[in-house]
Amino acid sequence: MSMSPTIMSLDALAALVPDGAKIAVPTDYSGIAMAATLALIRRGVRNLHLVSVPATGLQADLLIGAGCVAVMETAGVTLGEYGGAPRFNEALRKGQIKVLDATCPAIHAALQASEKGVPFATLRGILGSDLLLNRPDWAVIDNPFQQGDKIVALPAIRPDFALFHAPMADEAGNVWIGHRREQMTMAHASKAAIVTVEELRPGNFLDDPLLAPGTIPSIYVGGVAEARRGAAPIAMWGRYPIDDAFMRGYAEAARTEAGFSRMLDLLMEPQKAAAE
Amino acid sequence: MGAEYTKKELLITVVARLLQGCGHIACGASSPIPGAAALLTRARSNGRTRVTVLGSEKNNFFTNGGVELFDIAGEGRLDAFFLGGGQIDGFANINLVGTGGTYPNNDVRWPGSFGSAYLYFVVPKVILFREEHTRRVFVPKVDFVSAPGVSEPGVYRPGGPKHLVTNLALFDFDPKRIRFTLVSVHPGHTVEEVLDNTGFDFDRPAMVPVTPAPDAQTLAELRGSIRPEIAETYPRFAETAFAA
Repeated sequence: MSMSPTIMSLDALAALVPDGAKIAVPTDYSGIAMAATLALIRRGVRNLHLVSVPATGLQADLLIGAGCVAVMETAGVTLGEYGGAPRFNEALRKGQIKVLDATCPAIHAALQASEKGVPFATLRGILGSDLLLNRPDWAVIDNPFQQGDKIVALPAIRPDFALFHAPMADEAGNVWIGHRREQMTMAHASKAAIVTVEELRPGNFLDDPLLAPGTIPSIYVGGVAEARRGAAPIAMWGRYPIDDAFMRGYAEAARTEAGFSRMLDLLMEPQKAAAE
Repeated sequence: MGAEYTKKELLITVVARLLQGCGHIACGASSPIPGAAALLTRARSNGRTRVTVLGSEKNNFFTNGGVELFDIAGEGRLDAFFLGGGQIDGFANINLVGTGGTYPNNDVRWPGSFGSAYLYFVVPKVILFREEHTRRVFVPKVDFVSAPGVSEPGVYRPGGPKHLVTNLALFDFDPKRIRFTLVSVHPGHTVEEVLDNTGFDFDRPAMVPVTPAPDAQTLAELRGSIRPEIAETYPRFAETAFAA
């Protein structure tokens, strides 16, 4: 069996993303495509509409700090136990990016609408919150089956790309995500998933009944690149922990633009060396 | 009187009392005290209580991705959850978005509303938990409503806030009267201190009891079996929260 044409280099993967693309990214425990994110920053992508599924951290903060983001659609941006996301917070204070504040299940539900090909999803809650007041794209409708029952309608979120990191892909371009099912939803909901993996493996995961249920079939996948330790300095489940020293340093230094640039350079160095 | 237990051990004990009888308890991100309290409740439940600690590998039985917590809550299969806030007001509105200036360009921006705008509506027992008890947290009116404490008649709302636990005290919340009532003040603190540090009005009995301290058996459980369990998700917390 020959290699799928969707298997490519990291830079070729980053080149798939045009300026202005809408990109869905997962939450930190789920597999962050950090190496691909740095490749995007290096090639100077602009005006991204980032959708975090449902929250985000360092990845969004780096993209915002590097001037790549126009719109941040999110239920939360934070460095977790390391503190607030300094570049996100500063960009909002200065009005440099637009924020679409959401709540976690609203982002999940709007992606699920997209994977079904329907125009909107409905969700309980939200009524009476200031989130609703600030989301003119959300609507309150009447439950057609029960008079007087108001419910929030959320337009489907249809990202151009789902961008995430997974343990492995096979030579047919199928991606194994295990129990990280939000990546499956993201892949279904997006026009294409672009994925980095710890390792490429021979064979076809769909032939193995133990692997197949945790596998995203290649029909949803627009590109796969191997990137060992591709989530670092964020943790990769079952593989490596978060880089505690880097995160502490970043949380402190990235409060200033100069400090942010220094930390970004630190992350870029291995990539630059590899590219030369 | 010597410190026989830590403040965090006291708070774990207070929260665990509120969780008694719950079938399924979940704890969100950055919630080590609620997490430890949930694990203590489970340890005492003869197998009747399930606990989901987000961020844990061992204490998380979800297999359907990040959406499963919300789906399970929407179905009514989650009995208790915890929420906090940068600001909380006397109507139990919570603000996780920001303060000062004008939204969205606030002087101080917090991470965002996470699942609050949904879980506050559908989880029957939401416990508001915020260690810092100051007037900057407990304000007359929040600057941004991430999730409202009560809803108009007709809004689907099987859930909502039931209690508020802070470093100083325990309150109950009554959605009909839309007010908090001071239930007890933690050992070493006073009603005056609670009044001085709370920016909203609340009810209180003529004599406010002292929050019961953890007993010897509870402390032994916390330091024995619960400490290593919570360390899996919150190693730094487990190092400092418990007395030797």
